[in-house]
Amino acid sequence: MKVERIKTELLIIGGGTAGCYAALTASENSDVKILICEKAHIKRSGCLAAGVNALNAYITEGRTPQDYVDYAKKDADGIVRDDLLYTMSERLNKVTERLEQLGLVILKDENGKYVARGNRNIKINGENIKPLLASAVQKLPNVTIFNRVNIIDYSVSDNRINGAFGIGIENDTFYVIEADAVIIATGGAAGLYKPNNPGFSRHKMWYPPFNTGAGYAMGIRHGAEMTTFEMRFIALRCKDTIAPTGTLAQGAGAKQINSLGEVYETKYGLTTSERVYGTVSENLEGRGPCYLRTEGISPETEESLIKAYLNMAPSQTIKWIESGKKISEQNVEIEGTEPYIVGGHTASGYWVDTNRATTINGLFAAGDVAGGCPQKYVTGALAEGEIAALSAVKFIKENKAAGIEENEVNAHISEIERFMNGDKAQFTAEQLEEAMQTAMDSYAGGIKTNYRFNEKQLDIADMKIRQIEKLACGLRAGDFQELMYIYELLERLTVCRSVIAHLRARKETRWHSFAENLDYPEKDNGNFRKYVNSVMENGEIKIILRELTEEGQKVYEHCN
Amino acid sequence: MSIAIDRDKCVGCGRCHDVCPGTLIKLGEDKKAYIKYPKDCWGCTSCVKECPVHAVRLYLGADMGGLGSMVHTEKKDGLLCWIIDSPDGTVSEIKIDPKESNKY
Repeated sequence: MKVERIKTELLIIGGGTAGCYAALTASENSDVKILICEKAHIKRSGCLAAGVNALNAYITEGRTPQDYVDYAKKDADGIVRDDLLYTMSERLNKVTERLEQLGLVILKDENGKYVARGNRNIKINGENIKPLLASAVQKLPNVTIFNRVNIIDYSVSDNRINGAFGIGIENDTFYVIEADAVIIATGGAAGLYKPNNPGFSRHKMWYPPFNTGAGYAMGIRHGAEMTTFEMRFIALRCKDTIAPTGTLAQGAGAKQINSLGEVYETKYGLTTSERVYGTVSENLEGRGPCYLRTEGISPETEESLIKAYLNMAPSQTIKWIESGKKISEQNVEIEGTEPYIVGGHTASGYWVDTNRATTINGLFAAGDVAGGCPQKYVTGALAEGEIAALSAVKFIKENKAAGIEENEVNAHISEIERFMNGDKAQFTAEQLEEAMQTAMDSYAGGIKTNYRFNEKQLDIADMKIRQIEKLACGLRAGDFQELMYIYELLERLTVCRSVIAHLRARKETRWHSFAENLDYPEKDNGNFRKYVNSVMENGEIKIILRELTEEGQKVYEHCN
Repeated sequence: MSIAIDRDKCVGCGRCHDVCPGTLIKLGEDKKAYIKYPKDCWGCTSCVKECPVHAVRLYLGADMGGLGSMVHTEKKDGLLCWIIDSPDGTVSEIKIDPKESNKY
């Protein structure tokens, strides 16, 4: 193992959607030295690897940023931060224009205006959206990119971040990176729960399986305040391929129907969680499977759909072609996915102020890792990358970090040596990952229990996750990639602990399926129109209930 | 859901290895690429689109209803062509103009 020490001014952890845009913004607005650490390769890493079919967050003509805030707030039944949503919404169109300048193809009408899909979406060809972003970042003079470097821990002293530690997955190198400010942009967490296809196709999931909750876990362990981990995200997807349904539903107007052919969505409501809940309920009542009705669509629509899916989820197009039937001859079966923790669809993540500063001094958060601001999608993640970068650059001008102490470096090296050497372990990281997913599936509201849980079950889940955490400390790695798998498992286990604590703390059912607490099946506005936040203290997760921001509040500062 | 890499076609350029968001593709001593972790593939097709000699092909796992078709892409006249080879020998080709937006 080599040890490499690096000094930078701004460290960006994660070169996905938010991280790349943060680098662009910081580079164009300052001359600070920037380093991006990316666990894969920025060309196709993060959520946009396969592409994306539409930009889902855009202020269309006649609408205002406040309209977008109101929409997201309603969808989350009030548990959002007004200031975060507003500051994101007012930037959506600007970042969209920037994407177009970078080369993204956006559909325009004869007057040169973007063509809207519904009230908030615009149509694009998003197959190459990530390579476009990445190539813009690669051209920046003051940005260095480390691909295949996985950050495993922050260096924090007296609640001030001084940098981070990482492992070079393919070069057996341990990195000690000192930085004056850090932007965390590692995305959310997939793989906590048993997935839809748990066998060979276990990674055919909605969210990138390589987003393992690293940013959450590192923050939790260093005592950062986190919010809304109980608002899990469950996507309604095409069965088997886990491909998007929005293109069929919003784009081609396909309705959700049960096996009797009845349109059921109006029965349960139209919020994101209600759409999942409706599908689960129809199945439970014996009217499954559920479908999106594509029978009878026109040949032109069919051709467009075949192409649209190739640009974002090719497996669905393959599935249609392999079936030997046209889309117009068969409805598309739909199902809910396993739950994920994300800040870009739902609102789980770091508790940040309006400038996207976390509660750890010098650490800023953007994209799926940042909480309180759901429905950000691609453009919202870019907007947050921009806000976090501007805040970090300002912070760096006024603050310099203390540096990383040698004893902290040595402690990490010892830990790595323990994982790499020593006797063969009884279990593998893969086996313990399966054990974790089974525990979460059975006892913390996974697919198996139709996303429902009660407190007794959560107690069992917590006990099992703690047992697996202990076993994970004894794992052994044959190379640095296996070492990364151990750290990823440990990250997920930390996030699981937090999810369980949050699910237990919200003693109500505000969002069906996303947090369906059978001990408290009703909504309780009297006690729970609040944020459920948490901090880890001495290895235990302490819950903090906070009052909601006021209607129209534009600025929020951290307070005790 | 995974990919298969044709060793005979592979020219060892390493582009699929570089682009994989899961670090799942490795290069052998002869520089030829192989998928080390087939179960961990997300199906993003980054490697498929990157391969200059069409050696990387995607297929759907049997557990998600896959019927054995193999998919690769070719770039022709500025178009991205998706070619789907079915086990019965039929070949489907879908051409996508990268300059054209999705309609839905």
